[in-house]
Amino acid sequence: MNDWPALDRFLRTDPRDAGCDQAMEMLHVYVELVEAGNPAEQRYPGIAARLRACGPCGEDFEGLLAAVRGDAD
Amino acid sequence: MPGAGPRLRPVAPWPRAIGQVPAAADALMAITGKLGQFRGESRFTTWACKFAIFEVSAKIGRHFWRHPAVPLDAEDWDRLPDRFGADPAQEAEWRDLAAALRRAVDEVLIPRQRQVFVAIVLNGVPLDALVVELGSSRNAIYKVLFDARRKLRSVLVADGYLRDDCPGNS
Repeated sequence: MNDWPALDRFLRTDPRDAGCDQAMEMLHVYVELVEAGNPAEQRYPGIAARLRACGPCGEDFEGLLAAVRGDAD
Repeated sequence: MPGAGPRLRPVAPWPRAIGQVPAAADALMAITGKLGQFRGESRFTTWACKFAIFEVSAKIGRHFWRHPAVPLDAEDWDRLPDRFGADPAQEAEWRDLAAALRRAVDEVLIPRQRQVFVAIVLNGVPLDALVVELGSSRNAIYKVLFDARRKLRSVLVADGYLRDDCPGNS
């Protein structure tokens, strides 16, 4: 049973998932919390769940965080 | 004294420089159109950068269809093990699981869920590219995939292929 962990992880869904629209609406606020070292995931668990589950949303988050930290190419 | 200091000249006139980077021009348009929505919840630069990133994501999605790797409606189930990094040494186990997954896709997904699952999971179509092709939104496509994943996992758990070891998740 369960010899394919990547598939298992992919099929798992998090009921807290806020959805792309809500996550992207607040992404700039979430990114600044992360940048400042504040507990963004505790304050916005639905957004955190979305960023973990949705590849494109996660990439947008990583890109914006890199941009505000000034380490984007 | 005004005009006494050195004057900086741009490398290229502004419109031409922006025009040489279409994504930058589109991002600038997107930001300009949303200026009235800025509520001061973050620095302006962070807020503006967000829309530039969204524009680039959408553009990457649009560009995918210029040279798509596979047709949207192709179904190559042999790609599944590679997509999820199955261990070749455990071929018998994952073949069994793959067959169960395929049965579940056939039996429990509605056509739209199946279309999105096949495109993203089997064919590796980027989510933003699928959004463009189906004339939908990232949120709507992701919701379809979310429901498909929940259904498929439920079937695989019920049939004993996956463990239901995380209460609250399905």
